[in-house]
Amino acid sequence: MNGIPMEHGLILASVLFSLGLAGLMLRRNMLFVLMSLEVMLNSAALAFVVGSTAWNQPDGQAMFLLVITLAAAEASVGLALMIQLYQRFHSLNLDAASRMRG
Amino acid sequence: MELAFYLSGLVAVLATIGVITGTSPIHAVVYLIVSLIAVALVFFALGAPFAGALEIIVYAGAIMVLFVFVVMMLNLRSDTRGDQPWLHPRHWLGPSLLALVLLGALVALLAQGSVDRVIEGELLTARSVALTLFGPWLMVVELSAILLLAALVTASHVGRRNNPVQNRNRGGNQ
Repeated sequence: MNGIPMEHGLILASVLFSLGLAGLMLRRNMLFVLMSLEVMLNSAALAFVVGSTAWNQPDGQAMFLLVITLAAAEASVGLALMIQLYQRFHSLNLDAASRMRG
Repeated sequence: MELAFYLSGLVAVLATIGVITGTSPIHAVVYLIVSLIAVALVFFALGAPFAGALEIIVYAGAIMVLFVFVVMMLNLRSDTRGDQPWLHPRHWLGPSLLALVLLGALVALLAQGSVDRVIEGELLTARSVALTLFGPWLMVVELSAILLLAALVTASHVGRRNNPVQNRNRGGNQ
């Protein structure tokens, strides 16, 4: 075997993305929802790096850096929201926050 | 190189399954760290060592430590109230089926395509990435700096201990 076909890398990225999507849909705990989002962002970054190495161009890795920046921003805001949720409802269940109150 | 790619890809998929089916928060976080490190090894195997090192430093080292700190701060236990009913097949069958159909569509599209690119594992060094990033992509770097600033302000505003709405009513205009 000589080299990795690009399709295998992209299939790995799609498997990880589908797993993250399934976790996002079936969990009600906010911590698990945030972690599923991280998995999905990570699989998108993996697809960028696979494309970058397949064409031998560094643009995909520059995009990977931006995806990491986005993931860090998303994680910080999501965790702050999670702390607020826990302080108000004493639970991480997202169904507890289904009603909006002013 | 191929063996490292397929093995660490398998580890990443298994650890991700551990994340989405776990019940204990701290175990799920550790599974996610394992998954991220496996993806970093995939990057090394593909010939992108800079991306792999950044994945370990930023994802596994900074973001996941944030998750661990929050789990420790909130003192979360593994009972996860309200999260038990999903163990019943009636609840997880629908989302899993939808995700499976999406995965099947993606894989079918990838199998039909005729890209025929083979990754040889040539190294893409940090130098070329940096020259791209600070050459034609300079505007995007500044936009990401603005994004990080906005995230900083939002996190420090939302994460305050007291309720801002109650504060506004109590404190008047100050």
